Amino acid sequence: MIKTTNLTKIFKIGKKGQDELIAVDALSLEVYRGEVFGFLGPNGAGKTTTVRMLTGLIRPTSGSAQVAGFELGKDDTQIRRNVGFLTESPGMYERLTAEKNLSIFAELYDVPDVEAAVNKYLSMLGLWERRHDSVGSFSKGMRQKLAVARALIHEPQILFLDEPTSGLDPEAAKTVRGFIEELKSEGRTIFMTTHNLDEAEKLCDRVGIFQGKLLSLDSPAKLRESLFGRKVVFHLKEMKDSFVEQIGTIPDLGKVEVVDNKMIISVKNPEESNPLIIKKLVEAGAEVQFVGEIRHSLEQVYLEMVNNSQRGQA
Amino acid sequence: MKHILTIIRKEWSEVFKNRWVIATMTLVPLLFTAMPLITLATTGTGSTGGAEMSGLPGDLSASCPGMTAGECIQVYVLNQFMLLFMIMPLMIPTTIAAYSIVGEKTTRSLEPLLATPITTVELLAGKGLAAVIPGILISYGAFGIFVLGSSLLGLSPAVMGYILSPTWLLGILALGPILSVISAIFAIYISSRVSDPRVAEQLSGMVVMPLLMVMFAVMAGKLVLNISFMLITIVVCAIAAIGMLYLGTLIFDRENILTKWK
Repeated sequence: MIKTTNLTKIFKIGKKGQDELIAVDALSLEVYRGEVFGFLGPNGAGKTTTVRMLTGLIRPTSGSAQVAGFELGKDDTQIRRNVGFLTESPGMYERLTAEKNLSIFAELYDVPDVEAAVNKYLSMLGLWERRHDSVGSFSKGMRQKLAVARALIHEPQILFLDEPTSGLDPEAAKTVRGFIEELKSEGRTIFMTTHNLDEAEKLCDRVGIFQGKLLSLDSPAKLRESLFGRKVVFHLKEMKDSFVEQIGTIPDLGKVEVVDNKMIISVKNPEESNPLIIKKLVEAGAEVQFVGEIRHSLEQVYLEMVNNSQRGQA
Repeated sequence: MKHILTIIRKEWSEVFKNRWVIATMTLVPLLFTAMPLITLATTGTGSTGGAEMSGLPGDLSASCPGMTAGECIQVYVLNQFMLLFMIMPLMIPTTIAAYSIVGEKTTRSLEPLLATPITTVELLAGKGLAAVIPGILISYGAFGIFVLGSSLLGLSPAVMGYILSPTWLLGILALGPILSVISAIFAIYISSRVSDPRVAEQLSGMVVMPLLMVMFAVMAGKLVLNISFMLITIVVCAIAAIGMLYLGTLIFDRENILTKWK
């Protein structure tokens, strides 16, 4: 649904535009139909610039992209017609009612039955009762819901969500996340930028970690695995040196660390290794109390990647 | 066309909910209409003016042949004030248009708007017409009230004939709308380049300067407004308006507006 090849954006900066800022450097990625793709990166990484390019709002300096089957730079109006864009700031017409705000955008997107579309999304997002109120009186969460409705009013198959839960209270953020899950279940393709790694982990099929250039791209689980490997912790009632020697005979085990009564073992395939380890430990007289896998959070993966990138740049 | 109408409706829905904008758009035309009427009423009705033609300066008496001195003075007064009906179509559109782009930048509604399939021409046409139409209607309305008021004052047929002369009808009914278009394009251009609505309003207000210069030249007796002057001005302004429209669509750069305004 979205495919970019060496997509690059360079801004001219300085008073006379004599300096250059490479906001997006040769981005190549593919987002598949029905996928929720998380685009993660620190502030100023170029995430919004990327989304603006992919929605036909700004021109790439070089490279190419296809969005919803249309060529970026040639069919920008068609791209805008076929995608929905939730901007970082809701940007509503504050003096106008919720209903009027939505109907304006429904008309601009050439929705055939404006009234039905407006009513549908006002009801779906719980704004029906407030449809005649001016948006200026809405809470931040309500504005964000309305902005989501605006991005969906023309039923696009691709949605770009720029920080969809940024600045929302936990309750409102939960509502928006729930709605994104609903959209995912409807089979829509979602390209989402976020700082919220917990949110990305819950919602995204794949994530791209980005800082000017794409640092990595995979599912959260595979990124964790590629960076930290898999580690299993065995809690024993009592620790003896002989236990470590005993499991040392098992092939394909990684590093073994001992911390108090715990053995932390790096393994390639815990499903195969764990029964063998337990068997050897029991044979050596160990009493195994608990076994668990150490899971690195996406946050740890993200920080490791971004820090490595920053060290590389320095 | 549908998108243009949507933008016009959107602009009006916003503008006409702002009481201050309505006040500005109502009070200034009322003042501009009342001032010449009050002045005419206090200078006495044309046919009963007591002054003798011989008492008037030569240039002035030459400009109103066949009129009494009172009528001539009223024509002189009208010469200054009639230009106000051409300042109105310049002023009113700037009130709306100056805010049109920079206002959307400050409320962050411009990005979602530009993300729709609307073309630059449709967006500019919608915003421009939303500013031009009230400017023209209010100017026509104010001039209608002025003509009605003048007839109620009992002005002489000669003075009424001057008010409804081809020169002024061309100026107000034909040149006025062209000036409105110029004013709106100028204000939208300013609005898309600045980051503060107040700056946009101040700079857009400068569009009345050329007309003020004409007004001062008329008051100083350096310029005579006649039908030839009006026709030439209409042609020049129409060419300028078309050129500005064309340039406006060329220099309205979505990318710069989105990324370089902070």
